Amino acid sequence: MSDKPKVAFYWCASCGGCEETVVDLEEKILDVVAAVDIVFWPVALDFKRKDVEAMPDGAITATFLNGAIRTTEQEEMAHLLRKKSQLLIAFGACSQLGGIPGLANLWDRRRVMTAVYREAPSTVNPQGTAPQAKHAHDGKQSVTLPTLFDTVKTLDQTVEVDYYVPGCPPTPKILLQAVQTLLSGKLPEKGAVLAPDTALCEECPRKDTRPEKLTIKEWKRPHEILIDPEKCLLAQGLLCLGSATRGGCEAMCVKGNMPCTGCFGPTSRVRDFGAKSLSALASLVDSNDEAEIGKILAQIPDPVGTLYRYSLPASPLRRKKPEVI
Amino acid sequence: MPEEKFEPKIVAFFCNWCTYMAADSAGTSRMQYVPNARVVRLMCSGRIDPQFVLDAFAKGADGVLIGGCHPGDCHYQEGNYKTLRRITLLKRVLKEMGIEEDRFRLEWISAAEADRLRTTVNDMVEKVRALGPLRLSAKEVIPEEVAVS
Repeated sequence: MSDKPKVAFYWCASCGGCEETVVDLEEKILDVVAAVDIVFWPVALDFKRKDVEAMPDGAITATFLNGAIRTTEQEEMAHLLRKKSQLLIAFGACSQLGGIPGLANLWDRRRVMTAVYREAPSTVNPQGTAPQAKHAHDGKQSVTLPTLFDTVKTLDQTVEVDYYVPGCPPTPKILLQAVQTLLSGKLPEKGAVLAPDTALCEECPRKDTRPEKLTIKEWKRPHEILIDPEKCLLAQGLLCLGSATRGGCEAMCVKGNMPCTGCFGPTSRVRDFGAKSLSALASLVDSNDEAEIGKILAQIPDPVGTLYRYSLPASPLRRKKPEVI
Repeated sequence: MPEEKFEPKIVAFFCNWCTYMAADSAGTSRMQYVPNARVVRLMCSGRIDPQFVLDAFAKGADGVLIGGCHPGDCHYQEGNYKTLRRITLLKRVLKEMGIEEDRFRLEWISAAEADRLRTTVNDMVEKVRALGPLRLSAKEVIPEEVAVS
């Protein structure tokens, strides 16, 4: 094999959207492949876990790992890839902050399994079959399966992480810039998020329509109004998280006339995305009356699912308080 | 193992101009009340970032008490109204996260209301004591059989 830098891609608890980003590099992927050797990429190339195990420690220059850590197998792979890689990059919102799968932290393993194998309207399971971690076949051979954790974890709650690439999914441009940064030899400070460190509002095409003093009397949901395609979404009463979210996506959702849901996560000055965006949004409420404030804020449905859509496992609370200790 | 007696840890964020003054006054008046509140003084209750509250819970507080000036009395005009708005939404988030309502309280206590401060802290500690320690995480146990109920 050549002496080009070796790169690996791996996925854990994720939807595949981050892999799509790599494919969406289109012809630019040829530049990437010209500069590096891809040594492991289960979604596209036929390498196996044993191939990674056979590599010397630190043999991979950089591993881009997407997805949260939710099963015993994902945890093992995170440890294995950490050992074999010089740089480990948490790629995408799930890996960085827990992402959508992280909302499972509002429940636990038993609740999740019961919902899926018993209660879902589309589930037909008269025998009550549930997946088993171990299964003895003919009383001799036994096969094993990975098991879900009660609590979904981010990658850096599992192993040491060198850099983060944000987004659900990261845009091809952000990925390309990250690869170029890592190949340039001028490595940023460890722990850096490889994206701009300013709020999305900074690069929002509607920036100038945002009023000096923005107040909100009524929260609206996108299906309830005809959205003005030019005017600041927050000023229209839509719950746009752009003011609390890191830029870098070039306001793709806003350009599509939809409010920002916060997938690029917080900027470096913020520790908890949900709490900080809660703070920003609630202060806009245009009332000093306790009952009225309650009424206006009640128009925000599902505050945890909205404010922590991508970051529940990364929050200080990490999960809902367990019911059984 | 003998059960240790549970003493609730309450983190109390008090504003400099009203509630902290009330606490000061309670002290100089030698009022007796439970010693469970660890007071953090801020210039205004409006300075309380919801991140502080989550951090307090995550780092071992069993309850969080916020004290500010009565509506209309804020030294900075509007600070306590901002607090009210944020805390109203934060209460919903905490409830969804399984944190009992009695563990998180917002009270308006003026500099003249030392006795109200005393009764508020006593009452809160009593309620949190009844709830028991806030255990946010449980040890992850990997079962061999996946239970479905």
